[in-house]
Amino acid sequence: MTGLGATTPLGGDVASTWEALVAGRSGVHLLEHEWARELPCRIAAELAVEPSEVLPRVRLRRLDRSEQIALVAAQQAWDDAGLSDDLDTERLGVVFGSGIGGALTLLEQDDILEEKGARRVSPFTVPMLMPNGPAAVVGLEFHAKAGVHAPTSACATSAEAISWAADMIRVGRADVVVAGGAEAVIGGLPMAGFSSMKAMSTRNDDPEHASRPWDRDRDGFVMGEGAGALILERREHAEARGARIYAVVAGSGLTSDGFDIVQPQPECEGGGRAMAAAIRQAGIDPKEIGHVNAHATSTPVGDMAEVKGIKREVGDHVVLTATKSMTGHLLGGAGAVESIAAILAIVEGVIPPTINLENPDPALDLDVAANEARKVELNAALNTAFGFGGHNAALLFTKA
Amino acid sequence: MALSRDEIREGLSDILEEVAGVNPDDVADGKSFTDDLDVDSLAMVEVVVAAEEKFGVKIPDDEVANLKTVGDAVSYIEKG
Repeated sequence: MTGLGATTPLGGDVASTWEALVAGRSGVHLLEHEWARELPCRIAAELAVEPSEVLPRVRLRRLDRSEQIALVAAQQAWDDAGLSDDLDTERLGVVFGSGIGGALTLLEQDDILEEKGARRVSPFTVPMLMPNGPAAVVGLEFHAKAGVHAPTSACATSAEAISWAADMIRVGRADVVVAGGAEAVIGGLPMAGFSSMKAMSTRNDDPEHASRPWDRDRDGFVMGEGAGALILERREHAEARGARIYAVVAGSGLTSDGFDIVQPQPECEGGGRAMAAAIRQAGIDPKEIGHVNAHATSTPVGDMAEVKGIKREVGDHVVLTATKSMTGHLLGGAGAVESIAAILAIVEGVIPPTINLENPDPALDLDVAANEARKVELNAALNTAFGFGGHNAALLFTKA
Repeated sequence: MALSRDEIREGLSDILEEVAGVNPDDVADGKSFTDDLDVDSLAMVEVVVAAEEKFGVKIPDDEVANLKTVGDAVSYIEKG
C-alpha cells in the first residue's frame, strides 16, 4: 500500500478526513434540498468539498458524481504514491467499485426523456450510469492495461475491490493496482428506497447524533457520499523505487451468507468466515490484531451480529471503532475509506473514536474507542464490510 | 430577423465552449470539429442538439456527417 486518496463528508482529502475522524467530528447534517422535504429521512453526510471545486467544468458534465469523486480520490492516491509516468501500463490494473452506480444520472436523464424527448437525452448517459463507470474512468485516466474491474457487492463493494486488487498482484497479473470505491446517491429515490426498508435513521431533528453504532438508541444508518482509493503495489516494485509503504495487505477474506437478501445472519456466520479467511491468509495469530474498523452501520440488528463475529474469530482483546458514526454510510465507498482509516490507525498509532456512543447496547461486550480517539501501538488492524445480498469482506492490514 | 454569419458563429462558439470546452479564440470557419477542435462524436451529438435549440433549426443525423467544419455548420444554420 503506497498511496492513499479520499474525498468524504469530513474532508476533500485524506489528511483533512483523518484530522476530522480523530477529532470526532460528524459530517451529518439536515438536507435543505427541495426534494428532501417529504422524505422520512432528511439527513445525510454530503461531501465536504464539491467535485466542481477540483475538476474542470467540461470533465464534470460528462461524468456521474460517483465517477467524479472516484477520479478525485484516485488522482490523490496516485500523486501520494509518487508513481512516475513511465510506469509499465500493461502491469497496471484498476479494481474500483460502486454499490449503486449512476442512479442520479439515470433519474435525471429519465426526466429529460419524459419532459423533452429522446433526442435531448445526453449521449454520455450510458457511460455515466453504468456501474463500472468509476473503474473505467480511473482506468482511462492512468491508461491501465492489465485489466479494469468493477466488483459490485453493495456496501462490501470497495473492501471487495481491495481484496481483488491484492489477488491481482498475488497471482502476478499486475505490479500496481488502483483500488477503491465511490458512491454518490444522496437523492430522493435511493433515500426513499432505503427508508421504505426501515434501514435509515429518522433522527431528523438531531443530525449529528443520528449515526450511533452500538448505542442503545440507534435507529438506522445515515447515508453518506464519498470515495476512497488505495495504491496497491508489489513489494519488490515499491522497494525498487524507494516508495513509502503505509501498510501491507496481509490477508483478505470474501464470503457470502446464503441467508437473506438484506438481513444479516444473526451470528455473523459468513462475516466471521471472512475474518477467519483473512487471518488464515496472513498467517498471524489473531492476538496480534489490535483493532477492528467495524462495518457497524448503526442499524439495530447488524451492529450486534458483527460484534459476535469479531469476538469469535478475532477475540475479546481488540479495540473496535465505527467511523460511520462520523462519515455516515458511504455504501460502495465505505470499505475503501474505512480501510484507509484502519491503515492510518496503524501508521499513526491512533484509533479514531466512535462518536455518539452514549449508552452502549447491553450486549456490547467488546472494547470500543468510544467518543474519544485512543492512542495505541498497532501491528495489525482488520477492516470489515458487509453488503445487501449477503456479501462479506474482511481485510487484514499489517505494519509495513 | 435572420442572423448574420458572425452571430451564428458566435452562438456556436458559446455552445462549443459550454459542452466541449473549446476555446472561443480557436473557433473559425476553416476549423474542423474533430481534427482541430477535438470535438469527439459524442460531444458532437450534444453540440447538434444545443444548436437546434438555440437557432430553431432541424439538423438531421444524416446531415451531421456533412458538417465537418465550423463554416459548414454556420452555412447550414444560415440556410435555416
